[in-house]
Order: sequence, then structure tokens, then C-alpha cells
Amino acid sequence: MLKIDGLFKQFGGFVAINDVSFELIEGEKHAIIGPNGAGKTTFFNLVTGHLLPDRGAVAFQGEDITGRPPHRIVKLGLARSFQRINIYPRMSVFENVQVALIARERQELRFFRLAAGLCGPETSELLELVGLVEEAEELAGELAYGKQKQLELAIALAENPRVLLLDEPTAGMSPSETEDAIRLIREIADARGLTLLFTEHDMTVVFGIADRITVLHHGEIIASGAPEAVRSDPMVRQVYLGEEEGTDGAA
Amino acid sequence: MTRPVLAACAAVFLLLALVPLLESNYLIDLFNEIMIYALFALSLNVIIGYSGNVSFGHAAYFAIGGYTMAILLTTYEWSLLPAFAAAVAFSFAASAVVAYFCTRLTDIYFAMLTLAFSMLVWGVAFKWRSMTGGDDGFVGVDVPAFIAERVPFYYFSLVVIGAAVAVLWVICHSAFGRALLAVRENPIRAGFVGINTRLMRWWAFVVAGTFAGIAGSLFAMVHRGMYTESAFWPESATVLIMTLLGGMYSFFGPAIGAASLFLLERLTNEYTEYWPLVLGTILLAILMFLPEGLAGLAQAIRRQILRGR
Repeated sequence: MLKIDGLFKQFGGFVAINDVSFELIEGEKHAIIGPNGAGKTTFFNLVTGHLLPDRGAVAFQGEDITGRPPHRIVKLGLARSFQRINIYPRMSVFENVQVALIARERQELRFFRLAAGLCGPETSELLELVGLVEEAEELAGELAYGKQKQLELAIALAENPRVLLLDEPTAGMSPSETEDAIRLIREIADARGLTLLFTEHDMTVVFGIADRITVLHHGEIIASGAPEAVRSDPMVRQVYLGEEEGTDGAA
Repeated sequence: MTRPVLAACAAVFLLLALVPLLESNYLIDLFNEIMIYALFALSLNVIIGYSGNVSFGHAAYFAIGGYTMAILLTTYEWSLLPAFAAAVAFSFAASAVVAYFCTRLTDIYFAMLTLAFSMLVWGVAFKWRSMTGGDDGFVGVDVPAFIAERVPFYYFSLVVIGAAVAVLWVICHSAFGRALLAVRENPIRAGFVGINTRLMRWWAFVVAGTFAGIAGSLFAMVHRGMYTESAFWPESATVLIMTLLGGMYSFFGPAIGAASLFLLERLTNEYTEYWPLVLGTILLAILMFLPEGLAGLAQAIRRQILRGR
């Protein structure tokens, strides 16, 4: 589905992603974990076109997408959410989702088609899916943190992706919010047959969702496989899990 | 939401239509000027309020529309419709070219480049004496006979501006306008939902420049002339202040700003010659206390009242 070959990126002298090759299989829920600074977000930025790799190639459904701008990659069915809240604060919750639909339907250069009511039913459907119906008319910037995360998910889903990349979907959430978010993400991914690639800090989230895990360390893949296999991998234990075995906290 | 807005617009339009009944040349000229600048400020707000960039050189397209109209009507003796169409086309084309370069940049670099291009336009108007009259201005525009008198011209102006504002309203509330807001709010996210942000900003600039050109072409006719001041940077600053005073987050805000600024200026001039001092104070007050302008203030008051219920 998504094939990454020899991806390499450095910032100044610092190698952020070092020769990473990786394949995402259709339908799987794949977690990328690693300590802070392991290169998870950089990896996402390279795959989605936000950053240009120095070397290597990214192919989506057999098509080479290396170096394409994000707005073109999204149209192929590869959507993402962000670690830090990334919404349109001065627009209503409804409009936040609606804009994504307008873009998906390629209506953004329709100058004489009034936006009011455009893509209305589908927008409402998505808001219902993530549980934001009551907040539809509120300004997105005034929502509580957890709700903004849900909104972000709705925006990503609006693009009707086949592959969804979630960058720390539960970052900053309380334990109960996290639990709800996990359930929501799993339900949606199953219902829509989404292939999921996500980075995460929180091990409960990782083991609660993922059916395959890849571990990044200093920009390199040190392990990849089923959750149990990764959990017991000696190298992983040493660099990552070992530091605080038995806890669910952040690494 | 739409219905009260529509009613308010109809009321304003009607009131403006009644102005000539007061039989005051002073008032007719004043309101004509206000309408022209209202359209000018509304057009600028497509760049500022909707696309989230600041232009310091919007007067350029106003001047291009004005000079084109003046020169074609007078020097080349074109009739009104083709001259008007050419004025619109010229301001469209000029802003399309400038936007191509400006939208490669953002923030202060974008603003500075718009300023640079407007100085270029000013330079051409200033130096091309044989065509534009240079710093003497282009004096004596041949306005077609049927709108040569003050009152017919006022109504002509009202209809053209009313139509232009209506079209601009639709554009700002269209699918395009909504996507543009997303670009203003968060260009990175907008890119990630599939919006080509640079193309959107390009279009915003072109729409803004074209409607500024319409305002400029009316200005040339109402003043029977066009002067280099209209292309100079203080003119760009004036229309920017109107936009900020009225409120950039509201579609009609800039029009309110234009009217307020004109009326304040006239009022101030009755009592003192220190208008720039007053203007500076107003600007300070907006920036410190009313970052969303008069329209923002009105909205805040309305919210308070609704909450109080």
C-alpha cells in the first residue's frame, strides 16, 4: 500500500532519518514508536510531502509520490492528523470539516457557489462520527483540547482516505479521554476499512490499537513486527521499553 | 444570518439612493467618494481578511483602473462600456502578474513586495508624462454625456458599486471564500486537506486587484481626472487603515471603516487642521483596543446582549 525505500533526511549535520525502508500493508494498524527525537514526526513529514527527503523514495499504491506537495498527495487518499493541534481556530467546527470536503470535491475554485450548506449532510455525518454534533456552531479555537483532537480526526477523515496517518492522536489527553479516543479510532478504522499508520508515546494506546509495531531509534528502524515480538525484542527493551518496564508512561 | 444581512443591505442601498433628494452637492460628492472607497477597502480585505496577507500596495490596482478609464475615455475617445471593460481587464492582468511573484512569499516579505510593485506603478504614472500627465495629473476626463451631471453619475456609481459589492459578497461566501479562510487560518493544514494554498492566495490577490480597478475607474470619472497620489503608498495606507478600522474579520467591516474614516476626516477638518494627528490616535486606538475593528466591536456587543438574555 505504502512503500518507503531508503529514506534519508538530515538537518544540518544531524541525521534525522537514516536509510529507512518500510512497507505498510493494506488494512493493518501499524504503530511507529520510539523515544523522543527518534524521528517519528520527521518520518511522517517526509511521507506526506511536508518535507523533502535527501534520498530515498515513497510510493503509494505503486505510484511514486516522492517530492510531491501535500495537497496533491492527499488527493490520492493519504491523509494525516497532527501531533500539535492543527485546526482552523477562527472557523466554526462545522466549517473546519466542511472545508476538507470542499477540497476533496475540488470545489475550492468555485467562486459563485455559495458555501452555506455545501456538503452539509456529509459534514454532519462526520461530526456525529467523532461526537461533535452539539459543538458544530462553536468556534473551533474555543473547544476543549480533547474535542479539538476529535475535530482534527474528523478533518482527516473528511478527505476520505484509504490510509490515515495519525501523529500522536492522544497526545496531551487525560487517561479517560485517551481511552475514548482509542475506541473511536479503532471503530472508525474498522468501519471504514482504513489502513492506519500512527506514532504514539503512550504504550497503552500502542498495544490497544496496533497489530504491527515498528520501532525507530535515532532515525533507524531497530525492530518491526507483531506487538508481542516487539515487546520481547532485547534491543527494543534495551533502548526503549527497558527504561521503564511495566509502566505505561511516556518514554 | 443571511436574511437580516440582506435586509440591512437593501436599507443602506435605499438610503444611499435617497441622498440626491437632499439637493446638496456637498453630500452627493461625499457619499459618492465614500462608496468608491468602500468598494476599494472591501476589495483589499479579500487579501487581508480572507487570505491572511497584508498588502501595502493595493493603490496600484485602483490607479491602474483609474488611469485606464481616464486615458481610454479621453485620449482614445472610447465609449463607456469598452473603456470600463478594459479598465477591469487591465487591473485584472496587472494583479495577476504581480500576484504571481508576491504569492511566492508570505508575511512581511509579501507585504514589502506589494509595496515595491505599487511604487513601480506610481513611477510609471509619474514618468510617462505624455500618457498620464505625470505629476500634473491626467486632467479633464471625458465622461459620457448621460452621466456627466452630478446626480445621474451618482446613481450610475451606486448601481455599479452595488453590483460589484454583491458579486464580491458572493465570492467571499462561496466555496472559494471558505477555502480561502482555511488558508488564512492555517495554511499548513489547508495544504494537507488538498488545497493548493499558493493558487488560492493568487486568486485572492487577483480578485482584490480587479475590484480595486473598478473602484478606481469610477474615481477617475467622478473627479474628472486621475493623479499620481492615487498610486502612491499613502493611498495604500489609507485604505489599509479603513479596512482595519472597520474590521477585517467581517465582510462589510471595511465599508463601515471607509465611511467612518471619511466622516471623521470631514468632521475633524471643521475644527482643526491636524487631521493626521487625529488619524494617528484612531489608528492607535484600533490597534490597542479594537483589533477586530468596529464590526468586531458590534459583534462583541451583540454577543454580550445575547448572553444577557
